[in-house]
Amino acid sequence: MPNASSALAEQFDDLPQQQESSVLGMWTFLATEILFFGGMFMSYIAYRSAYPQAFAEASRHTIVLYGTINTAILLTSSLTVALAVHAVQEGRSKACFWLLVLTVLFGCCFLVVKGLEYHDDLNEQLWPGPHFKSGLPPQSQIFWFLYWAMTGLHALHVTIGVGLLSVIAWMAQKGKFSAAYYNPVDVSALYWHFVDIVWIFLYPLLYLINRYS
Amino acid sequence: MITAVPQTDIPRPSLAPRRLSNYFEEGGRTLASWLLTTDHKRIGLLYLYSIIVYFIIAAFAAALIRIELITPAGDLVTSETYNKLFTIHGTLMVWFFLIPSVPAVLGNFVLPLMLGARDVAFPKLNLLSWYLFNLGGLMALYAVAFGGADTGWTFYTPYSSTYSHSHVVTMAAGVFIAGFGSILTGLNFIITIHKMRAPGLTWFRLPLFVWSLYSTSVILVLATPVLAMTLALMSLERIWGLGVFDPKLGGDPVLFQHLFWFYSHPAVYIMILPGMGVVSELIPCFSRKPIFGYHFIAFSSVAIAVLGFLVWGHHMFVSSESIYAGLVFSLLSYLVAVPSAIKVFNWTMTMYRGRIYLSTPFLYALGFIGLFTIGGLTGLFLAALGVDVHVHGTYFIIAHFHYIMVGGMVTAFMGGLHYWWPKITGRLYPENLGRLAALIMFIGFNLTFFPQFVVGYLGMPRRYHSYAPEFQIYNVLSTAGASILGIGYLLPLIYFIWSLKHGRRAPSNPWKATGLEWQTSSPPPKHNFHETPVVTEEPYQYSPVPEQRLIYG
Repeated sequence: MPNASSALAEQFDDLPQQQESSVLGMWTFLATEILFFGGMFMSYIAYRSAYPQAFAEASRHTIVLYGTINTAILLTSSLTVALAVHAVQEGRSKACFWLLVLTVLFGCCFLVVKGLEYHDDLNEQLWPGPHFKSGLPPQSQIFWFLYWAMTGLHALHVTIGVGLLSVIAWMAQKGKFSAAYYNPVDVSALYWHFVDIVWIFLYPLLYLINRYS
Repeated sequence: MITAVPQTDIPRPSLAPRRLSNYFEEGGRTLASWLLTTDHKRIGLLYLYSIIVYFIIAAFAAALIRIELITPAGDLVTSETYNKLFTIHGTLMVWFFLIPSVPAVLGNFVLPLMLGARDVAFPKLNLLSWYLFNLGGLMALYAVAFGGADTGWTFYTPYSSTYSHSHVVTMAAGVFIAGFGSILTGLNFIITIHKMRAPGLTWFRLPLFVWSLYSTSVILVLATPVLAMTLALMSLERIWGLGVFDPKLGGDPVLFQHLFWFYSHPAVYIMILPGMGVVSELIPCFSRKPIFGYHFIAFSSVAIAVLGFLVWGHHMFVSSESIYAGLVFSLLSYLVAVPSAIKVFNWTMTMYRGRIYLSTPFLYALGFIGLFTIGGLTGLFLAALGVDVHVHGTYFIIAHFHYIMVGGMVTAFMGGLHYWWPKITGRLYPENLGRLAALIMFIGFNLTFFPQFVVGYLGMPRRYHSYAPEFQIYNVLSTAGASILGIGYLLPLIYFIWSLKHGRRAPSNPWKATGLEWQTSSPPPKHNFHETPVVTEEPYQYSPVPEQRLIYG
């Protein structure tokens, strides 16, 4: 049986204090993350309003099918990770483990699809620079710079999330968590939801706005 | 190694004069015990050692700058070297000395003590912050050693991203990595203040230093990531020649300035708020009076943190910003003066009819009030659109922000370091030498930077290694002042080291100060308190009883 008191770090008085601290810590970290992505969102908004035509034209070269599949995958993975937290709260460690594995698999699927999309993007010469696809207005290179930077940074976050949830799944399998102590599951799930939400903003910004106008 | 002492055998530390175990002895004295420590007190000292190194290098660059400027001709160094010197000075001083100075050294050391906690909320993260900070620092030093960067600390594009032939990316990467150290420190402090307070320690019983650290931490967490992203975009542009700021592709270099100052203006308040917090501790203690207007001072820290996010545009009055944007940013910048003035008036009112002890920390606090006031009021000159157009990019700016950062923050840091030195080391520093050093610093500082207001107003531009001959007298005065200032900094370094071996042993509470950090022994045990303290009264319950004797070294 997992011993909840052995998980108590020495600086805390009791488990609730530790639990609240780590959840608040993750929320604060996510605030940092929002501002980290915020620099790029701000640049995107500034240039989108400065060059609406060039951005609309550039965005039509994104592959909306891949983007949509990935949106579905990530939204589903948020459901499975939420169910994993729910399961561990009810003491069902086994179910928690399998739901975490499922989440990790969804994360990997996302990365594979993203990789295929990157491959097609490169074939289309959409990497900004001297060999950029001809026939597009010059400012569309800014769109594509931001596309690579934003989705690249997001993919990095997905990769970190996959690694994190793998470790948590392994810990769940080892029986480290119980209804009394499931803090790491909770905190990692928060992070995963954040990764999902960033994508929910990226998807319309990069793929959808003015696409069919 | 002493661990797991049964609590009942330990008498209350404040009543016990006999020597108790302390954090130097518990856990061992080996190098590994320091490099792998998670004790917030040891980490605070690790930060102190690191920032002294960066400070010395950055001060050396400043010394070369001042020597070059003795004569109007550029005769000591070439203009390229001069560019690198002020870049080294600015980058190291801002990110590797000032930003960590009060928060990461004094804050790390005293925050958990002030809260009655055993440690910060995430001790391992705290150690990671220190490693990230130094990894960033080493990268910056690597850039310095192998050719330096010449962009100034502001990394403005397109010079940094396209034209400069120096180690811009390495320098920016150093700042980027150190930035994550700052973010994690801020995060740690926020959670610690929310969740680790002793029983009875409500928000309005917190020492004002804690309020200022809280406001600082919010800025660290919310502003630093924007700088990180901005420097990353700039570096990507430089490495791959892809442009988001590149005008050739329709990019806007001014966007870089917006993003940079969205961080860096709040960062200016990272470099003053903690100092204000220190002064709020020193003034009531050495005036033997409760602080005047506790709530006003507490909320003015929060107000400065919030307003700090809304004024970045005043750095771009002359960079193609629209006149209407300029008007709004000008007005908002004026508003910052309100919470700043609230603090100054409240400190002054606290001293009024107090029983004043002119001890070293108090001399620094007094110096802070005067110098900060000059720095703050000249900030109003710069917030005014018309005046700013005249003095933008001159030595007037240099003088203004050095009055805030050196006259304010460094003075407060020295005051805080003297104030908590007995707690940190268990030794008293020599009081008379301390007062002498404070006086030398005050004189040296003013002689260095006051002439720069004048010469800046007369039109001497910043960042040139040669200048018109009529400005020479001011520059000679400034260099003379810098030499005096240098002696002022050297003196504490010497007597602090001396005091470690030869200073008088400090009692738990040499200043008869309130605050939980003074209720444990000096130096404190590894877990700070033998019994978790319980707080039952308001902060700063000082009474002006004349027979109170403070203990000096």
